[in-house]
Amino acid sequence: MPKSLFEKVWDAHAVRTLANGQTQLLIGTHLIHEVTSPQAFGMLRDLGLKVAMPHRTFATVDHIIPTDQLVEPYRDPMAQAMMDELRKSCREYGITFFDRASGKQGIVHIVGPEQGITQPGTTIACGDSHTSTHGAFGAIAFGIGTSQVRDVLATQTMALGKLKVRRVNVTGQLRPGVYAKDVILHIIRTLGVDGGTGFAYEYGGEVFDRFTMEERMTVCNMSIEGGARAGYVNPDETTFAYLKGRPYAPKGAAWDAAVLHWKSFASDAGCGYDDVVNLKAADIAPTVTWGINPGQGISITENIPDPAQAKAVDEQASIEEALAYMKLKPGAPIKGTKIDVAFIGSCTNGRLSDFQEVARFIKGRKVAAGVKAIAVPGSQIVGLQCEKLGLDKILREAGFEWRAAGCSMCLAMNPDKLIGDQLCASSSNRNFKGRQGSPTGRTLLMSPLMVAAAAVVGAVADAREVFDVAQSN
Amino acid sequence: MSLAKITSITGRGVCVPGNDIDTDRIIPARYLKCVTFDGLGEFLFQDVRKHADGSAKPHPLNEARFQGATILLSGANFGCGSSREHAPQAIQKAGFRAILAENYAEIFFGNCTTLGLPCATASREDIAKVAAAIEKNPAMEIVLDVARQEIRFAGQTVAAPIRETARDGLIHGRWDAIGELIDGLPAVQTTAAKLPYLAA
Repeated sequence: MPKSLFEKVWDAHAVRTLANGQTQLLIGTHLIHEVTSPQAFGMLRDLGLKVAMPHRTFATVDHIIPTDQLVEPYRDPMAQAMMDELRKSCREYGITFFDRASGKQGIVHIVGPEQGITQPGTTIACGDSHTSTHGAFGAIAFGIGTSQVRDVLATQTMALGKLKVRRVNVTGQLRPGVYAKDVILHIIRTLGVDGGTGFAYEYGGEVFDRFTMEERMTVCNMSIEGGARAGYVNPDETTFAYLKGRPYAPKGAAWDAAVLHWKSFASDAGCGYDDVVNLKAADIAPTVTWGINPGQGISITENIPDPAQAKAVDEQASIEEALAYMKLKPGAPIKGTKIDVAFIGSCTNGRLSDFQEVARFIKGRKVAAGVKAIAVPGSQIVGLQCEKLGLDKILREAGFEWRAAGCSMCLAMNPDKLIGDQLCASSSNRNFKGRQGSPTGRTLLMSPLMVAAAAVVGAVADAREVFDVAQSN
Repeated sequence: MSLAKITSITGRGVCVPGNDIDTDRIIPARYLKCVTFDGLGEFLFQDVRKHADGSAKPHPLNEARFQGATILLSGANFGCGSSREHAPQAIQKAGFRAILAENYAEIFFGNCTTLGLPCATASREDIAKVAAAIEKNPAMEIVLDVARQEIRFAGQTVAAPIRETARDGLIHGRWDAIGELIDGLPAVQTTAAKLPYLAA
């Protein structure tokens, strides 16, 4: 019987059925960072347990790391304490730690793929909801809580119920100026922030066939914002070409065997899905969020929703709550909304291609007066690649600050934060109340190029107009 | 590891209305700067409960009449967003023993269950009924019967389904899987041996 990739990976990693009916699932690759692991190591010590497979856990530091301070001790003693704790635990249990000194540090979801640790047909877990990113390689990757981090450390497994699979097809061709970020914002807007609950999303169709690995990662990254615990793309030649030669990718004869093995995990033609959704690439526009969850997005040419026009009482209440927080006017165009901060970075859009695209268009332009603009590479390696290409110089000349690698302003566990009710055009993944560090701070999610356009204009703008995108393609 | 069998929770309730209440709202990221979960209860819903100067905002959890409540009621997609276990930890450490909502985000639901914090569901109408009864009499005792999947309050009974794997774990005292997972270690080795990428 034809099977989906999800089923094949699940079956290959299912150890046994537990008493409550869940599956004990083998987690082949475990990624950890400083925020959700210290308590797990604490539990391990309390229970007197060892790490079952230390060679299958990889650590890095990303959330708390300051992007403007390279030398320890960090100004924030708690950040330093978390750093020390992770370093100590990795040493104690023999876990590979991509520390700053290694030159390979970065956001965990950028480091895994970059090192070739993220591979097709594998299971991956990390105490971070954006672990879905790794699905771009045809892995099944789960965000987990700290108790499950403990479970994976102690047993290399976790207890999980099987997910259903929804195939999300995006067919046709994206219009110029429309990016992977717009695709996922459009998917979430269409299917809802809880539409994916209980599902893994399998993304496919011509748009995904043509996408680079970095674009696939951007989409898979935000699966969780649509409620889907995992999201993936079937592995293909694009996947293999990306992985070839990476430090943890198989070499020589083992490489050829691995590619054959990986191919065998791709969904079989004619396999069944629990649900199928078909979307047209041509319907997707540069998308911007106006509210307090990632599903509250509109095309750049649309107006901010008016609660009076809402179809349901629920929708009306949620629009009212969002607009009250966002201090935006119902029915007004989103275009022209004044911004205070522009942020390019995060595990969603902090990769080389994101900075290349921005640099290509922003070259020779200037960030508007009064706008604080920061660009933060997702990893030290991304930073270095950008610097070799002179992208940092272009961004600096335009008025962006160029920072060291980390999560930065995506979640404000480090010094990069909004102040008061500042409004931020952000290439990150969440626009929740207070997400960027100020309890009244406001976030508009959009693609990196749209952030750049907003930075240049000083207000939300259509990047296609600001940069003559159509002419350049 | 022997765990309590959680068959029912009896206590007073409080309703924090709204849909899509995310874990950043339940516990803002700045409180994740810690190496233990101790003391998180104090910061539950911090930014919607308190002004920057520490003074109280209008919020059900700030009202004297709801102090001591152990059952938290809310809307749809409760606990969406970040996987931070700090969110259920904060709820539990603030004294809550169970949650009743229309439905839950997946990761949050799993995190709660592993802590022995039952996440029961009910229809919007039924949650509204319970919330109205609490509003009328905040001192009223509510029974969330995990085993029978119902809520009893003010002489009424409404259905409160709990996902079967979670319900089973709670009522049989195996909601934290670690013991069982360790028991399975020999089988784990067998499965791992078949996967080339796991070779040391």
